[in-house]
Amino acid sequence: MVTTLGETTLARARRVARSVPDPELPMLTIADLGILREVAIAGTRVVVSVTPTFSGCPAIAEIRADLAGRLAAAGFADVEVRTVLSPPWTSDFISPEGRRKLTEAGIAPPRSRSEVAAGPVPLTLTAAGPRLECPVCGSADTVRTAAFGGTACKDLYRCRACFEPFEHVKEI
Amino acid sequence: MGFDTAYEAISEESDSGHRWAFGTGFTDPLAGVDTAVPAGIDGADLAAYCLMLGDDALILSHRLQQWLARAPELEEETALANIALDLLGQARLLLTRAGRADGSDRTEDDYAFDRTEREFRNVRMAEVTDVDFAGLIARLLVFSTWRLALLGRLRESADPVLAAVAAQGVNELTYHRDYAAGWTIRLGDGTDYSRQRMQAGLAAVAPLAAELFVPSAVEQRLAGVAVNPEDLRPEWDAVLAQVLAAAGLDWPEAGWPEAAGGSGGSSPRGGTVGKAGRDGVHTEAMGYLLAELQSVARALPEATW
Ligand SMILES: [Zn+2]
Repeated sequence: MVTTLGETTLARARRVARSVPDPELPMLTIADLGILREVAIAGTRVVVSVTPTFSGCPAIAEIRADLAGRLAAAGFADVEVRTVLSPPWTSDFISPEGRRKLTEAGIAPPRSRSEVAAGPVPLTLTAAGPRLECPVCGSADTVRTAAFGGTACKDLYRCRACFEPFEHVKEI
Repeated sequence: MGFDTAYEAISEESDSGHRWAFGTGFTDPLAGVDTAVPAGIDGADLAAYCLMLGDDALILSHRLQQWLARAPELEEETALANIALDLLGQARLLLTRAGRADGSDRTEDDYAFDRTEREFRNVRMAEVTDVDFAGLIARLLVFSTWRLALLGRLRESADPVLAAVAAQGVNELTYHRDYAAGWTIRLGDGTDYSRQRMQAGLAAVAPLAAELFVPSAVEQRLAGVAVNPEDLRPEWDAVLAQVLAAAGLDWPEAGWPEAAGGSGGSSPRGGTVGKAGRDGVHTEAMGYLLAELQSVARALPEATW
């Protein structure tokens, strides 16, 4: 592990934690995905706070193990990974850099979510899903083929211009 | 860590978990979350309420998992698996919350695998079997409309853990309800035959709907923490009416939930002497479901995976 000259302990811990990839969207780090909430130093202990994307996200255990492993390799023997539930993760937490990496990987990034009102959630009865830009050719002539994809955070689309199927990170 | 190969990852000696494959090293889903019970809230009641909502999710999740390899199309299978996973995640958080709230420190596994049928508090709608895909869709529509309305209000709970679990769950249930509504309309507004099957699915689930709106003693005692299920009726009615109108379907007249009174109303499946799922009184289907759900844990009580 290269230590940048003059880097503080906290900055180093933060840099290592930010480098952990998401197991289900490996082109993104957990910082890009917006699930890394905080890195703090308490005495000799590094305390990392992460938030799950979905209640049933099976990747969170892998992320915890990867965080502990990478930080240990960087010389931090005492690592605590805390789960933070509030505020819940939404796709709006994905950074601009994360959105760029998703598009590069052929996955349509989520659009920004409409504000969540406090009252009843309105019903959506259109099966087609939001119109997205095809990450391959850029056409807007796309259609949703399935509301649930291979992982909890994605659904499936097809481009009617270039005929490529593609995944899309849901607005959630 | 940051392994080059999967083998390296699972054979890593410093790994303190018991992982043998991706996602199997399940850890405490509330690790690091402040689970202190706020002042003025009864811990035993809070735990009982978490079990109700957790059991609803756990048991319906198991039923959905039974559809895997049986769904009509791959896309629907994927959808049902995703919904099952969301509900299982909610169940894990809620059951873990229960063990912290009552001070017993029981884990999610203790609750899922070591309780008997009478100790489960899920509404009976979660446990019944489906005759066909239309029956499943009818149940999913009724259940997810109800649970979304419930979690939407639970975001204001005086228990911060429940409020946080609910806020996450609202995002998930929104997708579940839209999915069920979409299929209700496709089948109801499809062929004569698909319409008939969808209507039959509603008829099967309708007698179990009354129970969803009957407040238990625990919910009544937990005002401000729990949601009073009576308050969910207007939203549930409005959403059901909107979907059924678009689908050209009718809610079965005889099974319409009674406005007040016992959990049964006039339905023959409404409950046994006024008791139902929240009292631990279940249908015949529940014993079979638990036998399957608990079989491995009971055969190998000390196993970790
Ligand atoms: Zn295209």
